[in-house]
Formats: sequence, structure tokens, C-alpha cells
Amino acid sequence: MTMRPDPTFHASPKLAMEAPAENFAYTLLLSPDFSKPDALAVIDAKPGSPTYSQIVHTVTMPNKGDEFHHFGWNACSSALSPLAGHAFIERRYLIIPGLRSSRIYIIDTKPDPTKAKIHKIIEPEEVFKKTGYSRPHTIHCGPDGIYVSTLGGGGNDGTNGPPGVFIMDCETFEVLGRWEIDRGPQTLHYDFWWNLPRDYMVTSEWALPPQFENGIVPEDLLSNKYGHRLHFWDLHARRNVQTIDLGANHQMALEVRPAHDPVREYGFVGVVVDTTNLEASIWTWWREGGKFHAEKTATIPPEPAPKEKLPPLLQGFGAVPPLVTDIDLSMDDRFLYVSCWGTGEMRQYDVSDPRQPKLAGSVHIGGIARRTPHPNGKAFAAGPQMVEVSRDGRRVYWTNSLYSTWDDQFYPDGVPGVEVMAKVGRNGGLELDKDYFVSFPDGYRAHQIRLEGGDCSTDSFCYPSV
Amino acid sequence: MGWPLAVSAGLMDKSPGALFRALWALSAGHLLATLLVLLPFAFLLVLAEWQRSIQFSASLLVIGFGVYRLIVRRHPRALARIPPTQLALWSFAVAIAHGAALMLVPIYLGLCQAFELDAGHEAADALMKASLAMAVLVSLVHVAAMIGAGGCLAWLVYRHLGLRFVSRSWFNLDAIWATSLILVGAVALAFNLASWR
Repeated sequence: MTMRPDPTFHASPKLAMEAPAENFAYTLLLSPDFSKPDALAVIDAKPGSPTYSQIVHTVTMPNKGDEFHHFGWNACSSALSPLAGHAFIERRYLIIPGLRSSRIYIIDTKPDPTKAKIHKIIEPEEVFKKTGYSRPHTIHCGPDGIYVSTLGGGGNDGTNGPPGVFIMDCETFEVLGRWEIDRGPQTLHYDFWWNLPRDYMVTSEWALPPQFENGIVPEDLLSNKYGHRLHFWDLHARRNVQTIDLGANHQMALEVRPAHDPVREYGFVGVVVDTTNLEASIWTWWREGGKFHAEKTATIPPEPAPKEKLPPLLQGFGAVPPLVTDIDLSMDDRFLYVSCWGTGEMRQYDVSDPRQPKLAGSVHIGGIARRTPHPNGKAFAAGPQMVEVSRDGRRVYWTNSLYSTWDDQFYPDGVPGVEVMAKVGRNGGLELDKDYFVSFPDGYRAHQIRLEGGDCSTDSFCYPSV
Repeated sequence: MGWPLAVSAGLMDKSPGALFRALWALSAGHLLATLLVLLPFAFLLVLAEWQRSIQFSASLLVIGFGVYRLIVRRHPRALARIPPTQLALWSFAVAIAHGAALMLVPIYLGLCQAFELDAGHEAADALMKASLAMAVLVSLVHVAAMIGAGGCLAWLVYRHLGLRFVSRSWFNLDAIWATSLILVGAVALAFNLASWR
């Protein structure tokens, strides 16, 4: 309980952009063979600092086999919600779920990020018992608690009942229970986000645990059994109000990125692969006349490649699919960053007109067939994956691991953990920073990045930018 | 009233149980309607009879609520569960949760003392008119003060000060508010005891 709102809470996206830049980048490390405990790395991101681009602190967990993936804050700008009427909490704790173990770690980043430590551990049994869900994934801080999406339901393999969203208390970190009252036709889950003043939530679909835990199941993919729908919910009534099917061939609709400015009622979602032609696609969804609509607004074609350059999984296709595995929208809603994990490219689209994305910049690094090295000459295994944009929109950070077992199928030569950063020009354009290159300790891969003081996939705002 | 509904329910469900369940619902509704009309009058009579004790208890209640708000600093989560489209409901819930309405009780009861004649000889309807008018007046003055202050601030931020002011000017007043509840209760209590002759 504080006397003033946390200074990193901002009423509008514009105010968040004007706030001081991040000094630290928190990055999740996973041990892909589960031989070591997973960890949180704290990286110095302050230009000019003697330890710039180096790991300055590591929090190692007490368990093995958690499989760290995504994470988030206990509180963000959504605390300024005029409805909650109570902004006196701190952006202080990182909520890190183990995607494989369903264990949740609460990490205290105060008094200083370089002294971050474990504050509390929520054992999987508590999640199972109170929610009937498993495999916690996306974290968002809302005005009435911490929302956590899950990929699995009950039972050992997570297929006993559908996955969904549950809520945790943002001060005691107690698991409170399921969020949904009426889930409608939703049976799969992945990401979720919302527009708080407009009072709706959007959720997407990846797969059930048997379809991802031991690797991608090619038969399921080719028979279009992965997720391909968007669900729109009444946030307060907790009801599914509309489901949009993108078409069964659009396999794996993953990250949903609503416009940050709450007066803009649109957003984007990335589709990993079209099973008819290996294309990846960007879709724009919007609300008009009380109904939601979605359309494909950008496609990225596969790149032909000789058989010897392809992993066994792809040799039958003779091409590298782009595999759009993550997207992120800049705070001014102007640029959408698109990770092409297969072809090894980070794309920057100008989405000023959200239904007409224009390619504004691109850098190549890694890739199944290209294997482009970093400008500093070092190798970059796999391709751009989890991407995070700084609040001011000038720096774009990314790592290279997708998921333990999937990495091995697409990149059998191994995926040593790396984090890089690209600078963004005033009017777009993207260029890799030669000095920012983080190599993680042997045996660790890197997944999601969170920037100190908030970033472009954390905070939700309740006031428009004026 | 409504007995044909019970007949219909029994016949529709082919069971005497359904008839009795319908009668139960009908009686509950009827009881509620009669209570709604009678209770305010009953309360007025009780108020005339027990005015001093009620005032005394009300003061203690306000003090107690203030102390509770000082000790339990958690913000009620239920407020954030109200949809943004239901502003009036939200305003109602916040006023109840924070004890804004409660704070007025001792003030109101204190003001009613001005009309206190010998309760034994006071005709209930005169007391009722005075009390009702006073309740409405106290509520209106309170709302006018709240909206006047809040409205000025809202307009200033909207027109001149800018959004930055929202987070910069937002102080945690929980402790001050709880303390003021205790203070109001204590003052009312003191007045009550002082007039105890």
C-alpha cells in the first residue's frame, strides 16, 4: 500500500512514451532438457553503463522442469483505472509461470533489480485445485487482480475440460479462481488482452498440451487441428460474445495485440502458418456496429530452400515457412513488429492504417536456411522470436527460442540462448545494434523479455492519448 | 391475490408440490410489498421513541467503521467488477463501501434533535415530515458538495491541466478518510452525552 500511484503507471500510452527509458531487461531462461533449474536473468540495458548488454543478476529457481515461457507484472498502468479507484500498489513483482510444471513464481524486484529474489512460490496443486486449469501462460495485470491464461485443463495431460483464464490477487498472490462464466464454443487457449474502458477481452488459440509438450504433431497440423479462432468476450460479464473462425488452414492464431490507445477499437493477431501454402499472415480485427470483424491484412511467403538445408520435418516441403511466432505493437500504435522465426527475419510494418499494413523495415538474422549472422559477426541460432518494444518505440529487443521441443524439431543443431536489440529510426526503419548482444550461459535458452517500467505488451491504459 | 397462478402451476406440473411452491412465492412477494410500505412508518415511530439510543449507537457504528477502515486497508475488489457503463451503480457502491452515507447519519440525527419536542406528545406525522425533509436536505447538500468539488477538478484536468495530473494528484486518502469517520462519530457521541441530563 503506497501513498502515491507508482511513477511507472501512466494514464495514457503517450505519457508512457514520454517516461524515462528502461535501464534493465528481464529475460526468462529455460533449460530445454530440464537438467537445470530455469532462471530469470536481469540484463543491463542502460547505454553507456560499464556492464551494458551483460547479465548483472540471475535468480535461479529451486525446481527443475518448469519450462519458463511468458511472464508479467503484478501491477501496471491499468491500476489507474478510474473504476478501480485505487492506484496505490507498486509495479514490483514479476509473475513467472512454469508452462510445463504449472508452478508460479513471484519475484520481488525491489529495492533494486540487481537484487531480485523469490518472494513466493505457488505450487501447481493450488492452481489445479482452485481453477481446474493447468499450463499457465500469459499474465496481464487488470484493475481487479492478475489475470492468467492457461493452455491446459484438468488431468495429467491437461485435456480434462477446456483451458481458460484464472485470477490471482495482486497483493497476496492467492489464486482466486476461474474467470469465465460462459465460455461459449472456446475449447483452446493461448493469448489474451483487452480494452478496459470498452470492456472487452480478446483471446486466441494455440493447442492442447498433447499437441505441443512433446513437439509439434505434424499429423495434427496437416489436418488443421491446431487453433484458428479468435474469441471476443464481455470483460465484466465474463461471457464469450463472439467467435471468429479465421479458417481451419490458418493454423495457430497466437499473440493478440490490441491498439494501446483505448479509443481505437482494433488490434492484430499473428497466424503461424497457412497449411495450404506455408504462408504466415497478419490479421486485423476491429469492432464496428457492435460486432467484431477480422480480415487477413498481410501475408509473408515461404522461401524455397534445398533439402540439405532443411530439418527432417520440412524436407518434404522444399521450403522454409516464415513461422510468425510473435508480434508486438509500438506504444503509438504505429509500427507492428513481426517475428519470422523460420526464415530468420524481423519485420516492421507501418500500421497507421490498421487494415493496410505497409512493410517499413526489416532485418535478417538467423533462419533455418539463411543463418544470417549478427552484424558483430557472431552466430545467431534459430530466428527472431519473442519480441519486446521499448515504451518510446526506439528499441526493439528479441530472443531466439520458441519452445523446448519445437526448437529441436526446427533447429536440430541447437539453439544457444541469445538476445539482441535493433534501433528504430524516427520514421521507421530497423537496424541491429552492434553493441547489444547477450549470450546466455551454456545449456540455457531465452524466451520472453520484460522491460523495466513497462513495455509494449504489458500495460493497459484507461485514458486516450491526447 | 394471484391464487389462479397457483392453480395453473399445479396443473401445468401435474403436482400439488408445484401449487404450494407457487403459493410460497406469491406470499413472499405480498409480504415484501406490505413491509415496504409499513416499515418506514415503523422506523419513524422507533426513531421518535428511541432517538437518543439510536444516535448513540450510530455514533459508535461510524467510529467502528472508521477503525475497521484503518485496520483493514485492502480495497474492495468488487468495485472493479462493475462495468464502465454502469456509472450510477458504481457511484452508489463506492459511497456505500467508503462509508460516505454512514458518515451522514450522526449529522442527520443531530440535526433532527432541533425538532425534538417531547417525543411522547409529538404527533408521528409532524416528526415524519420534518425528518424526511431533513434527510433529503442533508443528502442533497452532501451530494452538491461532492459533485461541486469533483466536478471542478474533472473540468480543470479535462480542459487545462492535462492527463498527467491524474496520476500526479492522486493521493492515498484512505487513512485520512477513516480518521475523519472516527472524528465525526466522536463529535456526535460527545454532543449526545453532553445533552444527557
